[in-house]
Amino acid sequence: MRFLCVECDAQMEFADREVPGDGTLAAVFRCPSCGRHTAMLTNPMETQLVSSLGVKVGGRTVPAAPFEGIRTGIASGREEAFHDGSPSGPARIVWSVDAVERLTHVPSFVRGMVKKIYTEYARDHDIGEITPEVMDRARTDLGLEGM
Amino acid sequence: MKVRTYHELEGQASDLGDQVAWQNERVSQRLKSVRRVVAVMSGKGGVGKSLLTSSLATELVRRGHRVGLLDADLNGPSVAPMVGASAAPLRFGADGILPPVTADGLAVMSMGLLVPDGAAVRWHEPAEASFVWRGTQERGALREFLADVAWGPLDFMLIDLPPGTARLVELHELVPELAGALAVTIPSPASRDAVARSLDLARAREIPVPGLVENLAGYRCEACGSVGRLSGGDAGESLSRDFDVPLLERIPFDPTLDAAAANGTLREWLAGSSRTGRQIGRVADRLEQSLGHPASPTAEELR
Repeated sequence: MRFLCVECDAQMEFADREVPGDGTLAAVFRCPSCGRHTAMLTNPMETQLVSSLGVKVGGRTVPAAPFEGIRTGIASGREEAFHDGSPSGPARIVWSVDAVERLTHVPSFVRGMVKKIYTEYARDHDIGEITPEVMDRARTDLGLEGM
Repeated sequence: MKVRTYHELEGQASDLGDQVAWQNERVSQRLKSVRRVVAVMSGKGGVGKSLLTSSLATELVRRGHRVGLLDADLNGPSVAPMVGASAAPLRFGADGILPPVTADGLAVMSMGLLVPDGAAVRWHEPAEASFVWRGTQERGALREFLADVAWGPLDFMLIDLPPGTARLVELHELVPELAGALAVTIPSPASRDAVARSLDLARAREIPVPGLVENLAGYRCEACGSVGRLSGGDAGESLSRDFDVPLLERIPFDPTLDAAAANGTLREWLAGSSRTGRQIGRVADRLEQSLGHPASPTAEELR
């Protein structure tokens, strides 16, 4: 799938992926010539089809996490099915109240995966507490704008 | 206005096809450390296939093989408690999800480890037309069970398939190098017809069938060990003749085996050299012999 800015005859570039709600998936593309943005919107069924295939419209920016489809797809999963990823040693990672509150704005069906990404980022950077500032830094470093 | 074609553009693309190909490549890479992937199929539900698969996996472990047991019955998972696999939270290792390993050394993965006991497996889904994507979601789950679990080097991976034929096709597409599909039936004519469809499919896809087991072929008395009649039919012999597949064993219902599975003590039961246990041992012999001696190195070990 490619998007062409007809006026500029230039291929548009993938800019962002958002889940604005109502089961919609928005893939935003930008024309590198005139700067115009275009969003491709999928309906809930199309979103689910893409999700169930385990692919990303616009291409993947990060590799798929293990059991990504299962973890985000199962509605009746056991709450404690997965260890939360926190190490049991001295470098245990905690979440600040503000960070936890911010996490609640992430759609529930991808929240676990997002939490794991931030946790891994914190561990990789020897960060003991995840705060909104750490989340911002991770988004920038990992190219996860919109999460 | 002239609009260029897709292939005239050379920039970034979603490459959904490449993403799917990459997913399949991950399965292939993971299974390079597995010598033999063996499906256990029936086509018919209620033939005791999961119990036989769990018993065979335990028997192979008992013989010193490195064995993985994958429960591909996503909507009716049952093998984990039979082999004593704990439903403790799954951990993420450097190489993927770490599978629970039983006290016997059997690595297990099952949807039963991910959903509460007695709960149906439900997916996040739009209100309408879930049939459109449900199959894709389940195929994706099977793929993740194969590719995302850090199975490690295995001599055998046994895969317990659900009733029907669809999962065998999905599995074969994901694992073209499937070493074989062991077929399980019960004596009844209804089972014969259902298992015939599975065998026909296996033949059409050129999947080797190392043999056929007729399960619940009578009832073994717990007191005297004699076998009485349980139901009519000759599905085992009939299928063996029609599909030129060896009938490996006719295994009666044995309440002591049932109890061992319920108690998670299959290994001890198999070590007890009961008549039913020896029959399962002979099926394991056949898997070892017909699928090649697992002393040969894996592709990963050859590198």
